[in-house]
Amino acid sequence: MSLLETVDLKKYFGDTRAVDHVNLTIEEGEFISLVGPNGAGKTSFCNVVSAYYSADSGKIIFRGQDVTRASVTERVRAGIARSFQLVNLFDDLSAFDNVALAIFSRDGKTRNLAALARRDSAVTRETDIVLDQFGLAGKRNDIARGLAQGERKLLDVALAYALRPKLLFLDEPTSGVSTRDKGQIMDTIASVVRSEGITAVVVEHDMDVVFKYSDRIVVMHQGAILARGTPDEIRNNEQVAMILIGSAGPDAFARKD
Amino acid sequence: MATVTTTATPAEAGAGSFLRLLAVAIAILVVLALLPGLVDSYQTVLITYGLIMAIAALGFNLLLGYTGLLSFGHSAYFGTGAYTVAFIVRDLGAQSMELCIVGGLVGTLLVSALFGFICVRHTRIFFGILTLALSQVLWSLAFKFFWVTGGTDGIRVAYAKLTLLGGLVDFTGPGSFQRFVFAYYYYVLGLFALATVIMWIIVHSPFGKALQAIRDNETRAAFVGISVRRYRWIAFIISGVFTGLAGILWVPLNGLTTPDVLYWPFSGEIVFMSVLGGFRTFAGPIVGAIAFNYLKTYAVASTEYWQLLVGLVLVILVLALPSGIVGTASRLAARFGKVPS
Repeated sequence: MSLLETVDLKKYFGDTRAVDHVNLTIEEGEFISLVGPNGAGKTSFCNVVSAYYSADSGKIIFRGQDVTRASVTERVRAGIARSFQLVNLFDDLSAFDNVALAIFSRDGKTRNLAALARRDSAVTRETDIVLDQFGLAGKRNDIARGLAQGERKLLDVALAYALRPKLLFLDEPTSGVSTRDKGQIMDTIASVVRSEGITAVVVEHDMDVVFKYSDRIVVMHQGAILARGTPDEIRNNEQVAMILIGSAGPDAFARKD
Repeated sequence: MATVTTTATPAEAGAGSFLRLLAVAIAILVVLALLPGLVDSYQTVLITYGLIMAIAALGFNLLLGYTGLLSFGHSAYFGTGAYTVAFIVRDLGAQSMELCIVGGLVGTLLVSALFGFICVRHTRIFFGILTLALSQVLWSLAFKFFWVTGGTDGIRVAYAKLTLLGGLVDFTGPGSFQRFVFAYYYYVLGLFALATVIMWIIVHSPFGKALQAIRDNETRAAFVGISVRRYRWIAFIISGVFTGLAGILWVPLNGLTTPDVLYWPFSGEIVFMSVLGGFRTFAGPIVGAIAFNYLKTYAVASTEYWQLLVGLVLVILVLALPSGIVGTASRLAARFGKVPS
């Protein structure tokens, strides 16, 4: 059984075909990159699968269950989590409280209004471990609003990761950060995700990053899937090179390393 | 919400600040407990009103300060508490204040559950307008159904008919009003302390953290698995019940309930109290309620244009001290190197 299967998934905005009859199967443990030019439907696809948008038609099968009509919270509880392209945090809470909240929610403890959150040593311990994994231990008590952009990006991913999802969508986890920080952020994310065996779908523009970390690459164009394959197959796909960088040939994606 | 810079480990800092908070709370409680012996009974009554309004503001602020919802209709829950007590005393002939409290809380629970269910479907201005509109429905019922509610005359609730602590304390015979003022102050103080502790635990619980997350970013809250609407509804009910408790305690002291406590300007006063004290702090609404009570009392006594004076204070407050009395005080304390409490 595949982890996720979309069947003829469709989402249009007027005449814009954001997601155009997409059939995609994702197996457990994969690290998949979703690439394509701006407006290709990458984020829209993540949005529809994570219930940010509702699908016009088609089906989303997650771990054998049809979740097409399930709400955001139902999908989160089923094991689908995501981070956001534009950082989406609880800005007035500390980095610690941001992550702790995700853990409280995952464990069904947010219903508890008769105990002090700080007294929950299991959650405190796990939160500190997650912050440490993402290199944010030193920023534990800082208010999220005051963190640097790279740290905010990492905290955004840490929040989704702390839910211990089966499937994690990362929407441009390195956008808006310096090239120097980019590699570090992706290294952190990839190592954490792989060590936990979490299936990750990463929307990314930087092809160096994509080729380096992905098991499989899915190329989208105008809402539909144009190609899918291993990094080597995609690297040698002329049609993909034309779409992504406007030039064909084997040197289109020249290795920088 | 002020950040405390310290070299101690977070756990030590947490324990230290908790002990400091406890010490401050106990000191304040001791001062409040000694107060009736130091001031005359008029001042005691004034403080009692202040403490009652503090409970109302504390409840209101669970929605504004912690959940990010501005209710303009909290008079509905204050009034429901007040009128339920009046009905219990008048129509059931009850004497026990505890029975009135239980009845009043059930009444406000039902009303706030119903109104909250409708209101939390919306946020921002739509939420505010809905709360306002629903409170006006109750006001018009109290206003028009005079054969039930007494109309603008309201319903009298004589303190002399009531007993406290299951009949242990009654108020008959000579000097009963003085005894009532004295005993009722401690009764209200006890409930105020209890309500404050309960609210403090709620806002520091995982549930309270979830509310703050919803306040900051409802989209992300949903994406960490929080049922935003349900949590808002529960917060609304708790908020309504706290404000209802204030209405319940207010009636015997006032001796009368009228549609004024259901009318929208009264909701505005509750908003004012929270802003005055500082709605982003836990203690703000408490300080704001007590301060507002004094402000209004002395403004009414000193000028017939008291609304103008109160309005002026509000304008100055919003322009000069947007974080309120407590917010400003803790910022100043932090600036001068003291640790804010």
